[in-house]
Amino acid sequence: MTTTRDAPALTATDLVVEFPAGRGQKVHAVSGVSLEVAAGETLGILGESGCGKSTVGRSLIQLPPPDAGTVRLGDVTLTGLAPRELRRARARMQIIMQDPVSALNPRRRVKDLVWEGRSIWGPGDDTRDKDARVDAALRDVGLDPATVRDRRPHELSGGQCQRVCIARALMLDPEVLICDEPVSSLDVSVQAQILNLLETTTRRRALSMVFIAHDVSVVKNISDRVMVMYLGKVCEVLPSDGMQHEAVHPYTRLLLASLPEAQLGSAAPAGPPAAEERAAELPSPLNPPSGCRFRTRCPLATERCAAEEPAPREIRPGHRIACHHAEPRRNHP
Amino acid sequence: MTPKREAATTAPAPTDGTRGTAAPPLLDATDVRTAFHTPRGAVRAVDGVSLTLSEGETLGIVGESGSGKSVLGRTLMGLITDGPGTTVSGTVRIGGKDVHALTPAGRRALWGTEVAMVFQDPMTSLNPVKKTGTHLSESLRLHLGLGRADARDRAVDLLRQVGIPEPARRAGQYPHELSGGMRQRVVIAMALACGPRLLIADEPTTALDVTVQKQILDLLRSLAEELRMATILISHDLATVAGRTDRVAVMYAGRLVEYADTAAVFDRPRHPYSSALIASIPRLDLPPHTLLPAIEGRPPNLLHPPAGCRFAPRCDTATDRCTTESPGLTAYAGERDAGGLVACHHPLGAAEEAAV
Repeated sequence: MTTTRDAPALTATDLVVEFPAGRGQKVHAVSGVSLEVAAGETLGILGESGCGKSTVGRSLIQLPPPDAGTVRLGDVTLTGLAPRELRRARARMQIIMQDPVSALNPRRRVKDLVWEGRSIWGPGDDTRDKDARVDAALRDVGLDPATVRDRRPHELSGGQCQRVCIARALMLDPEVLICDEPVSSLDVSVQAQILNLLETTTRRRALSMVFIAHDVSVVKNISDRVMVMYLGKVCEVLPSDGMQHEAVHPYTRLLLASLPEAQLGSAAPAGPPAAEERAAELPSPLNPPSGCRFRTRCPLATERCAAEEPAPREIRPGHRIACHHAEPRRNHP
Repeated sequence: MTPKREAATTAPAPTDGTRGTAAPPLLDATDVRTAFHTPRGAVRAVDGVSLTLSEGETLGIVGESGSGKSVLGRTLMGLITDGPGTTVSGTVRIGGKDVHALTPAGRRALWGTEVAMVFQDPMTSLNPVKKTGTHLSESLRLHLGLGRADARDRAVDLLRQVGIPEPARRAGQYPHELSGGMRQRVVIAMALACGPRLLIADEPTTALDVTVQKQILDLLRSLAEELRMATILISHDLATVAGRTDRVAVMYAGRLVEYADTAAVFDRPRHPYSSALIASIPRLDLPPHTLLPAIEGRPPNLLHPPAGCRFAPRCDTATDRCTTESPGLTAYAGERDAGGLVACHHPLGAAEEAAV
């Protein structure tokens, strides 16, 4: 991977998550995903619905724990910890959910919501300067404490609720923040506000972040590295800078080609021609295709893709793909 | 709105399927206002919107949530009408018929054959206990008077037309057996069943994945061209509208703030809101960790909208005049790309062009 300077803040190895689907069938939600997030780094996870990106995010924080594989947060291995120890260790990692309104208890006031984690995990004599610290936390996320402190979630807009969720997550000084589609339920103008807030917060606190989203431009904007997932597998991991030119996996190219023109800006079509899709339908995760899981939609697919699963290979430093046929681009723009 | 009794007498007889006599424009909406009466007061969701649309033209209506774009779409369609709890004023003419002056039966005759709608969520637009084929053949038999077998054949044709593989088998399946993209194709097929001249698509791809989103938008475009159908594409996402529509109407707090050719709006937005909205979209060509120029603040409460320009409290270029005097939608002075309208006292680019 890119960095060896420090121990990674978060490491996951060979995560497998399966859900029983009745009649002896299993949904193969995540099948052998490994990732590493350096201290202060943001890793973006990109993929369409059903690709397992949210399941990866949740298994990182052990909600629920993966069926196989290990998750290490700093020097603590979370998988296999006793419940009591797990809860203590997990406080160093926080998650921000997609729908900020339903993520907050509707009957509690903002000040209590923000303080909740602290009241559970903080030192016992912690409550003296509670109000001042809640106010500071609210100001940090761009809310006016005087107006929102005593409100309940239904009195706030979606963007404000998401700010409360962020303040609440930051209250415990986490080392790693996991954001599962934090802006996809927000309007464009509010989305930009929240993205900017996450950007400045992670930079100021040197936070590591796992940012999960389906929107290529959003993920590129906030991440240092991007991991593209398809049907429970990792297709490609690459640095976000210049990813629109560098990405070579046929699925990543397809995602890029699906972007509306306005999001491309001046980065309009570069790179290999857009992968022409063969079948419109996503295969079922109950019974994923043999070999490469993308082969049913892939323009480059051959018999080898059906017989043999492509192993991840590094095509240049920090850029790995799982594809038999894609080649690194030579002529850079 | 005119009283219903009078309306009933002036309304033309329900269409019998003949067409081609109506003079352009196909859609002519003048000063449409829709207000919902709530215990806390009237919410003026749409506040004086005028639009026209010619045969075969595509219009994008863009705005954030709460801007009134969906209410406008439903008012144009006649799904929201004057009644208890709701006040609709202004006129909407589709193919020469005043939608809001028609009787409910007259409107039902209009729907399907003249104007049809595609909604955001394809699951809730389909009846879970009816087969997909039934959804289609139902309206064919009702509106076009086809027999059972003919309607079934036509339904399969329609499914094929919207790009559903194995249409005959799919017609016998229930909505839950189809993926989101397939369901939205079925909804589009339903809208097309009776050959409408105007299709209103309200956030047709918001619930879908990116790759599927592109397929559906491409499908809508090719169908519109093939069938010479006028289309209104309502979306919160400027990017989906760019490059897919001839004209764009940008809505803010119930009003149009800019109404111009799509290319003109994206190249040289005149209204500060359109400009800020375009700037706040994350773009692929920006380097990572770029701070986006976000629009601070929130849209106004439509119970008590601010006096003057509704965007003034969030606008960088607002002056005293903006907070007192409401700007009308006017042609931009010295406009090179003719036909562009903007509702702003200080449209962007005015100073530099005056200097030239």
